[in-house]
Amino acid sequence: MADTKISSVHPAPAQLPDGRPPKPTKGPPALGLGGGLRFLWTQLTSMRTALVLLFALAVAAIPGSLVPQRKISPIRVSDFIAEHPTLGPIYDRVGLFNVYTSPWFSAIYLLLFVSLVGCIIPRVRVYAKALRSRPPGTPRNLSRLPAYAVAEVPGGNAEQILAQAAARLKEQRYRVIRDGDAVSAERGYLREAGNLVFHVSLLFLLLGVAVGGLYGFRGTSVVITGQGFSNNLIQYDDFSAGAWFKDSDLQPFTVAVSSFRAKFETGNVQRGAARLFEADVAVTDSPGGTPVQQKLEVNKPLNIDGTTVHLIGHGYAPTVTVKDGAGDIAFSGPVVFLPQDGNFTSAGVIKVPDGRPERLAFEGLFLPTAVLDDQGPRSVFPDAANPALFLNAWSGPPKKETGLPENVYSLDTDGLTQLKDGRGDTLRIALTPGTSYTLPDGRGTIQMDGWVRWVKLQIGDTPGVAISLGAIGFAVAGLCLSLFIRPRRVWVRARRGQDGPTLVEVAGLDRADARAGLDEDVAELAAGWSGDTTGKGSSTR
Amino acid sequence: MNYEYYSSLALVASAVVYMLAMFAHAAEWAAARRDVADPSASVTAQDSARELVPASQSAPVAAGVRAGVAEGAAPTTADGGSGGVPPGQRMEMFGRIGVALTLVGFALSVTGVVARGLAAGRAPWGNMFEFTTSAMVFVVAVYLVMLFKSGMRWLGLPVTLLAAVGNGLAVTVFYVAVAPLVPALHSVWFVIHIVAAVISGAAFNVGGLAAILYLVKKRAEDRGTVRGYLASLPTAKRIDLLSYRFHAFAFPLWTFTVAAGAVWAEYAWGRYWGWDPKETWALVTWVIYACYLHARSTAGWKGTKAAVIAIIGLASFWFNFVGINLLVSGLHSYAGV
Ligand code: HEM
Repeated sequence: MADTKISSVHPAPAQLPDGRPPKPTKGPPALGLGGGLRFLWTQLTSMRTALVLLFALAVAAIPGSLVPQRKISPIRVSDFIAEHPTLGPIYDRVGLFNVYTSPWFSAIYLLLFVSLVGCIIPRVRVYAKALRSRPPGTPRNLSRLPAYAVAEVPGGNAEQILAQAAARLKEQRYRVIRDGDAVSAERGYLREAGNLVFHVSLLFLLLGVAVGGLYGFRGTSVVITGQGFSNNLIQYDDFSAGAWFKDSDLQPFTVAVSSFRAKFETGNVQRGAARLFEADVAVTDSPGGTPVQQKLEVNKPLNIDGTTVHLIGHGYAPTVTVKDGAGDIAFSGPVVFLPQDGNFTSAGVIKVPDGRPERLAFEGLFLPTAVLDDQGPRSVFPDAANPALFLNAWSGPPKKETGLPENVYSLDTDGLTQLKDGRGDTLRIALTPGTSYTLPDGRGTIQMDGWVRWVKLQIGDTPGVAISLGAIGFAVAGLCLSLFIRPRRVWVRARRGQDGPTLVEVAGLDRADARAGLDEDVAELAAGWSGDTTGKGSSTR
Repeated sequence: MNYEYYSSLALVASAVVYMLAMFAHAAEWAAARRDVADPSASVTAQDSARELVPASQSAPVAAGVRAGVAEGAAPTTADGGSGGVPPGQRMEMFGRIGVALTLVGFALSVTGVVARGLAAGRAPWGNMFEFTTSAMVFVVAVYLVMLFKSGMRWLGLPVTLLAAVGNGLAVTVFYVAVAPLVPALHSVWFVIHIVAAVISGAAFNVGGLAAILYLVKKRAEDRGTVRGYLASLPTAKRIDLLSYRFHAFAFPLWTFTVAAGAVWAEYAWGRYWGWDPKETWALVTWVIYACYLHARSTAGWKGTKAAVIAIIGLASFWFNFVGINLLVSGLHSYAGV
């Protein structure tokens, strides 16, 4: 037994660090299908393959950060395709706009995880065995080990010294056995355990992500202050969910937004930067329940029975009243305009389908702090310091109700004609709160009553997050064990020399590369025996 | 009192002082160039002496070199340089000047960062300027600890170079005046996530510098041309070990940084992971360092190849910090530049 140990403790690693014998990577594999598969498996689970796959993963993730991604910024993707008529479609075909769901990206990480499983299983087995086995026997020639020290203890008692050595090593939390005229000790089993925990945690992380992907959902809804949202599929502006999500998973709660406050930097540094967003909401967590007042802020989402509600955006909704040609109020209320830039130059459409004799429509900009100069109308500050509404107008014969859904943010001008002013130019309407404009030819009036804010809520649930976070916690803990624990073997042999003094030999071996302090520890063990010890030398490598 | 003004002043001064420190260390190495010694003997003796200093002081075991290599070489002190050759007084003097200047630069940069925090009334890492200057404080602090604990003055040149460039870029290119944070940064995670990032970043940087020195030294050793300042570096093997230690320290912390970032992203943006360019590159960096750790335990990848991977990892770290902030738009666009 001692002989086999000697071969395994010598510097040139006869074993991989994980304790497996090195696998042949060259040479023809065994013939036959079974042999071929076995060969493939061996290749896939080798450390080298893991390395290549990890690299591939890093490289494959890069394009997604440089090329716009459809999931993140669909508009930039269509802009990109429009700008690059030849490159765009090619990119599209190879999945460069959807890198993280593309087959090649998925293939890399799935292979990596297969490799990981193939790597973990045998290592768990080896580790379980190592836990049950005794510390290794003592090599015959201790001086050949990487660290070695010897001391002569005049008149020492070999038995006593060995007992002391064993006690000292136990104190340092080695597993110790007596082995003939020597003590053999080993420590650092937790290193491999940490490594295994880390790698297994990665699997759980993936599991958590998969659960979230399959059962989770997320959607957004724009809610004008004073109105509310109830958690119902039809109330979402956009919605996406995993394959195994069911509509009935939506909790039947409502969130009423009573007010929203925004503050922006007015000083010279970072002028216009956001400083405060805060909404007052009333949450009713089940139909008929009592509403609970809560504050909703960025970084402080609501959590309603596991569903989170985030405040992720805001904007302006001018309130207008439109009278039609017949003099009746054909529309009145706030209309959501969507911000186009950091100063909330906001674009929107006011549709008045009920106008008679002609229906009306308006398209234009809401400017919280309006400036009109040779660059055209635009906003120069995100807060509503000087709000104004700039519109063009259309009219046309009433349309048949089709019941088809219509995009509220864009105007389909089919069947509509744009209104002109007296000189035949496009009619431009400029309104400030409280003012109104009379359309030409008795088509009606439009009045800007004022403005309110809207907030964009994101409602979602990501089950499996607890698994992922737990996995990461274990992964970090495992990593620390695996990186900071130093597995080490130490042997102490004490022999009574012919002419009196007891010869104490100490040798050590670090089982993980890149550890240090071995020489010091060995030297320390060899020294300090009672009596006038003389060191004879220690070796370093 | 105008903290902001004094902060900027101290940081500009620190960049200048670090630069002077770097010149001093460069002069130290240039002086070493003239100290031609028998390279292999001096390196080995010095190195093993360094390793055994604690043991030889606390235990009566003489530091000898293993049979086969200069049996019985006289033990030298850690700072002694090559025995027999004139002690290199000029080298020593420049080295001490370099360390003294580094201490001054460090004091200035700590002052600058603290004053910045006082001026802003919050942790001083809300934008690129603040992040860089804070990171440089940690880089130099790590170096100073290593210097006084283990005499690693040979790290002086690269570290002062990095600190001079870092603070120099910060005060010129990245500078922004003090301003409060946008609401997305109002969170305890602001402190947790970024402190972890700054500390692991500092360790990656020092580890990366060591990896570069390792490659230089290894080449010289392989060619047998260890001369001048290279002779005053530890052996390639020791540099590699040191580099590994820094990476091993930084990696779990970086893992935590990325995870904490994901948790914060959930609070601030409503999703844990959205493949934002910053997130993506944090992951890419993480994977590259995982490659490094794997490479170190794969036969045929140890040593040079692993060091190259570590340097790629550092490049990726820097690209994520500078390139992504300045070139690519994303949710992390808080650089303020
Ligand atoms: C998702 C992919 C993987 C990641 C992110 C990863 C990450 C890591 C990290 C960070 C370490 C260093 C910490 C330590 O020493 O414990 C490590 C070590 C290790 N990994 Fe992986 N790993 C992955 C896949 C694999 C695979 C597929 C294998 C098997 C072929 C493997 C085998 C090992 C071994 C043997 C070590 C120990 C190295 C040593 O003893 O120093 N890993 N891994």
